[in-house]
Amino acid sequence: MSDITLREARQSCGAGERRLALPDDVLLSVEKPARYIGGEWNSVVKDLRDVDLRVAFCFPDNYEIGMSHLGIQILYDLFNQMEGVWCERVYSPWPDLDKTMRERKIQLFALESQDPVHDFDFLAFTLQYEMCYTNVLQVLDLSGVPILAADRGEDDPLVIGGGPCTYNPEPLADFFDLFYIGEGETQYAPLFDAWRKNRDAGGSREDFLLAAAQIPGIYVPRFYDVTYNEDGTIRSMGPNRPGVPARVKKEVVREMSDTVYPERPVVPFMQVVQDRVTLEIMRGCIRGCRFCQAGMIYRPVRERSIEYLADKAKKMLDSTGHEEITLSSLSSSDYTHLPELLDLLIEDYGKKGINISLPSLRIDAFSLDVMSKVQDVKKSSLTFAPEAGTQRLRDVINKNLTEEDILTGAASAFEGGWDKVKLYFMLGLPTETREDMEGIAKLSNEVAAVYYDTVPKEKRNGRVRVTASSSFFVPKPFTPFQWAQMQPAQEYQARAKIVRDAFRAQLNQKSLSYQWHDPATTVLEGILARGDRRLGAVIRRVYERGCFFEAWTEFFHPEVWQEEMAACGLTEEFYNRRERTREEIFPWDLIDIGVTKNFLLREWQRALAGEVTPNCREKCSGCGAAVFGGGVCFEGQNQIS
Amino acid sequence: MKVRIRFRKTGPVRFIGHLDVMRYFQKLIRRAGLPVAYSAGFHPHQIMSFAQPLGVGLESMAEYADVEMTEDISGEEAVRALNAVSAPGIEIVSVRQLPEGSRTAMSIVAAAAYRIRFSEALWERLAAGEPALSPEGLPVAWDAFLSRETIPVVKKTKKSEETLDLKPFLFASEADAEGEIFFLVQAGSERNIRPEMPAGEFLKGFGAEAGPADLKITRLDLYARGEDGRLVSLEEMGA
Repeated sequence: MSDITLREARQSCGAGERRLALPDDVLLSVEKPARYIGGEWNSVVKDLRDVDLRVAFCFPDNYEIGMSHLGIQILYDLFNQMEGVWCERVYSPWPDLDKTMRERKIQLFALESQDPVHDFDFLAFTLQYEMCYTNVLQVLDLSGVPILAADRGEDDPLVIGGGPCTYNPEPLADFFDLFYIGEGETQYAPLFDAWRKNRDAGGSREDFLLAAAQIPGIYVPRFYDVTYNEDGTIRSMGPNRPGVPARVKKEVVREMSDTVYPERPVVPFMQVVQDRVTLEIMRGCIRGCRFCQAGMIYRPVRERSIEYLADKAKKMLDSTGHEEITLSSLSSSDYTHLPELLDLLIEDYGKKGINISLPSLRIDAFSLDVMSKVQDVKKSSLTFAPEAGTQRLRDVINKNLTEEDILTGAASAFEGGWDKVKLYFMLGLPTETREDMEGIAKLSNEVAAVYYDTVPKEKRNGRVRVTASSSFFVPKPFTPFQWAQMQPAQEYQARAKIVRDAFRAQLNQKSLSYQWHDPATTVLEGILARGDRRLGAVIRRVYERGCFFEAWTEFFHPEVWQEEMAACGLTEEFYNRRERTREEIFPWDLIDIGVTKNFLLREWQRALAGEVTPNCREKCSGCGAAVFGGGVCFEGQNQIS
Repeated sequence: MKVRIRFRKTGPVRFIGHLDVMRYFQKLIRRAGLPVAYSAGFHPHQIMSFAQPLGVGLESMAEYADVEMTEDISGEEAVRALNAVSAPGIEIVSVRQLPEGSRTAMSIVAAAAYRIRFSEALWERLAAGEPALSPEGLPVAWDAFLSRETIPVVKKTKKSEETLDLKPFLFASEADAEGEIFFLVQAGSERNIRPEMPAGEFLKGFGAEAGPADLKITRLDLYARGEDGRLVSLEEMGA
């Protein structure tokens, strides 16, 4: 009897095999082998006979982080819609695999074809945070691509970078052949055409880069020279040959409802950070918080139409099978059609077991009402981002949120059944005093007090939980705070302790908790964010000492950075601990984001004077973004004319 | 109505773990637009259960998921709809309706059939070993292994070690001269024999040990005990 079953079972064998770059014994000995096998639903596989341009697109962090990033999804879709172009994905191999690949001389590969990255025409990186810079070098190294752009030959891929960190690309200038400044939707087709034209004409790598440098938004660092003053600041920077623009203007999508958006995003097998459909409802932010780089570099605010979003939401949910959709933007409450959009989503998907998540909402009666419809109030927590502990400092940073807004919002939330609140703050903001630091604890305490005043004893479910956390402020290029001074790590630590001690002195301290970020990371982020070309040598030396995955604190070695900075004759004091003068030339001045340096300077002075600036819809402040001819800068003009 | 889905897991997807396969099916069923039933509560989930986890790295010709539907569906159409939106390597073989009141696949698994192949590297080590073993010699050597009176293996758990005689749990087995070993072993919650266990014990007789990728294991099917005590494929229990 059993024998018969076994024989039947034997007949069921037989299976096709897709080749993997990594041998089985390697895959079975590393953590999470699903990171490296590709083959996910909606991943794109093309016939190489139909392909004449191959792009390996890399998010230089692990698969789970990289797969959660919307920008790559948009460009992956855009590229793969282009005839003849095949775009594949690459992520940083985790240290366990990295080690094995080096020992066994296995080259890094792209997920879809499992072909070596070195065989590709372009190796593109999205640069989302400074702490991933050494991972860029890891990926180049494992791919067999020379780390320095100057060492690359005709057979090496062209290494291109994009994303928010490229608004100051200078610390990475040594490693990239070109940078794409701005939104990727607009200029990749002309760039790829230029590449084909150059290839067909038998042109060199250099010939192509020269042609590329003339495409809007493209910055080719080797065509620009920098000279320095004796004090280390920049004396001059500019093109070193004719035909290269003096400044590179960021690229902007003018009409957000008339552009590409992925309808079939890749669905990972393994759990990733964003395991859901992401619907980008608008780009940019009207608010003008003075610490926020995104709020400046993505100006002007541009919304997508309801019709566009409804169509994309349906197609993405149908094609992925995801059970959750999240609305993405810098400040969703400012999306003009938010109520209609939410009604529509709740109506269409609420009953189908699809969760709707709404990050980046201001807490008010409207958003609480919506959230109570789409979330389990008992389980979820509400997030406020007061950013600073006192009204004075909130005015300095232009965070137009009053204490009353926060406490009223909290009261309505508690009445609605929530009893967990998260509060986000920054420490080390310009002009910060002890009162501002202690204000973080006091404000948190008042939020807790509101709970006990609002919710009668019989309705309470134990204590309210108020969780405050603070990160240390990092001045970023293209913000009004780009002139600001930072603090040494010990000072940050000391300020966090002041806040912690203030928490211990609060009446409701048992309902409060406070945590703060690692100051060593902050210091390095500060150096790299406003750094110049000379830091390239430091990044390379740190990498060569075996450091990467430094966005993960367990792999971050601040002492190695300190040693290599010193070896290169560079100091933290120069990059972080001086207030820059109005006249200083910044490394990122050769990039034009529309928003002018004059406007930023005006905002810096208003900040120091504690003056707030109205948002883009209240009153135009003439930042300069109107030069792009779209978005909020031109809202309502039809009625006027 | 409750249906039983039989599917294959072959090729690169063998490196996807059991939890990820469960998540994969939730999304697959949504994509296919099947009328799946959801649990009550604020975060409803699909009413679904899987027969028996498959280790990472193993392939399978017969995995099973039982899924509750809100309305009757045609098995053939469901197979088509699922395969149309399934990633390469996860292939739906059948969707069959289960009789009213059927117990879940998980609770009835009694046996599993496996095929094991050795890697080339392992064969090379066996050829050079003492005594030497080649694929041609495998059937005889395997029969000799099976005819031992007991096949004791040491089973390590987190807390303790126990010695277990595999023999009563090894229901049927044979090897062929192409180097493939087939066996039917007890599986399920009462006593689950992992396929590496008999193979590892067999290799010891040749002074060999299997590394992480030396055993190419394919699960061939899962079985339950019928009323008459005979083994019946989980697939056969549906109509």
